[in-house]
Amino acid sequence: MAATLKGRASRRSGSPLTPYLFLTPYLAIFVTFVVIPAVFGIWISLHDWDYMLDSQIFLGLRNYADLLDETSLPYPEFWNGMKNTLIFTVASVPFLIVIPLLLAMLLNVRFPGRTFFRAMFFAPYVLGVAVIGLMWRYLLDGNFGIINSIFRTDIQWTTDQPWAWVALVGVTVWWTMGFNAIIYLAGLGDIPAEQYEAAALDGAGWWNKFVYVTLPGLRPVLIFIMITTILASANMFGQSYIITNGGPTESTKTAIMTITELGLRRYQMGAAAAESYVLAAFLALVSIANFWLLRDREAAKERRELKAERREIDETRRAGASA
Amino acid sequence: MVAPHFSALNRRRFMSLAAIGGSAAALAACGGGSSPRDTLAPTAAPSGDGGKAGYDGPAVKLAFWNGFTGGDGPMMKKLVDQFSSEHENIAVTMTTMQWADYYAKLPTAVTAGKGPDIGIMHVDSVATNAARNVIQPLDDVAKALDLKESDFAPVPWKAGIYADKRYSIPLDVHPLGFYYNKDVMEKAGLDPEKPPTTNDEYLAALEELKKAGVQGHWATPFPFTGSMTIQSLIWQFGGQLFDEAGTKVLWAEEPGVTALTWYADLIKKGYSPAKVAQDADYIAFKNGENAFNWNGIWQVNDLKQTKINWGVAALPNIGGTKAAWAGSHQFVLPVQKTPDDNKAVASRVFINWISEQSLAWAEAGQVPARNSVRESAEFKALKEQAELATQIDDLHFPPTIPGIGDCFAEFEKAFNAVLLSGTDPAKALEDSAKRAQKILEDNAKKYNR
Repeated sequence: MAATLKGRASRRSGSPLTPYLFLTPYLAIFVTFVVIPAVFGIWISLHDWDYMLDSQIFLGLRNYADLLDETSLPYPEFWNGMKNTLIFTVASVPFLIVIPLLLAMLLNVRFPGRTFFRAMFFAPYVLGVAVIGLMWRYLLDGNFGIINSIFRTDIQWTTDQPWAWVALVGVTVWWTMGFNAIIYLAGLGDIPAEQYEAAALDGAGWWNKFVYVTLPGLRPVLIFIMITTILASANMFGQSYIITNGGPTESTKTAIMTITELGLRRYQMGAAAAESYVLAAFLALVSIANFWLLRDREAAKERRELKAERREIDETRRAGASA
Repeated sequence: MVAPHFSALNRRRFMSLAAIGGSAAALAACGGGSSPRDTLAPTAAPSGDGGKAGYDGPAVKLAFWNGFTGGDGPMMKKLVDQFSSEHENIAVTMTTMQWADYYAKLPTAVTAGKGPDIGIMHVDSVATNAARNVIQPLDDVAKALDLKESDFAPVPWKAGIYADKRYSIPLDVHPLGFYYNKDVMEKAGLDPEKPPTTNDEYLAALEELKKAGVQGHWATPFPFTGSMTIQSLIWQFGGQLFDEAGTKVLWAEEPGVTALTWYADLIKKGYSPAKVAQDADYIAFKNGENAFNWNGIWQVNDLKQTKINWGVAALPNIGGTKAAWAGSHQFVLPVQKTPDDNKAVASRVFINWISEQSLAWAEAGQVPARNSVRESAEFKALKEQAELATQIDDLHFPPTIPGIGDCFAEFEKAFNAVLLSGTDPAKALEDSAKRAQKILEDNAKKYNR
């Protein structure tokens, strides 16, 4: 064992520090822009902080305690923002997972103009949130919008609930489905055609092929899409900021919107930082739960069995040697 | 939408913050190590003539930031170009951005030592920025310009003073006005040359319009210009938003409830559609779909570009006391991390010069802050502006205490809830006033630390 390791090391030319050297640029940027601000943010969250003022007042955990105190100023705003974030996430994620999958399977079929359609569906994603937000705000305008005019409806898409949520989810799905679809497409391309052939030989129909070949083949992609989509939805800001202005009556004001307003408009950086960390903690929990729910139970079981087998073999060998 | 920073094209400003993501890291990254007062060198004290004697030093370049994104922008640009051509050794570069962007960017730029040499601020932002060390005192400029309180409307004048020092020079006053569509009025059998001036006349006119199938006055639930409209009504009904000292929130008192109820009743009585979309009230006015719109003087030039037949007058007196909301643009000098004496003098020469061109600025759709210009024959020739300037003695400005914008956010939430969620006006105002009161007290503590 030791010999093989040594052999491998000697085959590597140059200093053992080389890989770390290659990592340095990334690490430097990561430390400067993520680690240091993140740690510094914790420090800020313990203060009544305004970087333009002379002194920062140390509050200990009061900014956090305020988020648990119903009578505090930030409490109603923050939890309203969290509730709205949850509503948007729960309402948008299923569509953002399922619709792009169907779209990807459709675009995976060979037909003339396939590349054109792939580009078409991806196109909105290229646009910035300001562009799509502004555009849809005018299209959805309840008094003059073309949407009402086309469908002959009289709906206040931006100032009435539940229509505001319908509009925001709809716009977000239209805007970002292309991105998820492209990732699904890449995943679909990685599933060997032989598996479908084998499934077909075993008499599997399209549904069985989908359940027993496509879905398991897409597992890593699915996990990636689930996690990024949930995070993206939980970080929704621009759409409701531009299209509904957080309204009607704060009902589409997301957590990030609340935090931004508190920190950058009211200059309560400390309280805003505390809210950011609470939000981040929630998102971390959701991501961990996600990993855990989507973990490959079969593969984990196989790995465990393999390990147990090896151990057994080792033991029998040792037993043989001692005998 | 928080601080009431008003400009010609406020309806566009919602975009400005869209680019700001509010993650923990982003917020944390905003925090500087120490406060600017520790790190910034004391501002150079220029010669003391406040720019009156002109500038004859080496050539300098000045950066001038503002939020004149509407029709007022090109007008200011013209003035800046004229200044540059008249002053060989001073080159001024004007950068225009959305007001919200500007207010968010300025403190950061100042901390980084990249702030502009000259800026513009609204009357209700001066105190906040003075308290936050974003702008520097300019008593010498006021002295040099021979600015006297008697030559200005009191509030825009006093707004510039924070902690006994002057931080800004008033440029203009922009009041709310009553725009009416003459064609629509005529169609409903109303005299287009006699816009209503009292509550009875106003409601009678709306009733006539309703009979003609026109919802006359659309009640927007958005700050622009719903907030200014309701504030004007509160003053008209004899109320106040804050007490004189800016220590108490008073909008939940009876006049506030009456005002908001009057506004919400526009919908109940069928004079306005329910749940009006953002800006739809003004767009409808331009399309001839409604007849009346209470909007800022800054829309004068915008409406001149339309084909509708319109007029503008002082706000009708609904509540019994003449009153109208107004804001004011003010010149400020942002704090410089590395002060440059030459630039400091040149900046003062610039402010001094522009301040004397306030008639040219009035053409951009503003009322000059100076009484003398406002009373000149040349200004009176600007029909619409002069008409709105008649309100000068009845104008009410936001209080000039640090962080006041935070309170207006609560006010905006209150009427939004009444108009969009059917909350009872008295309850909405009471809840919001309670929160605003807390914010007011918190801010008093914060800015007096």
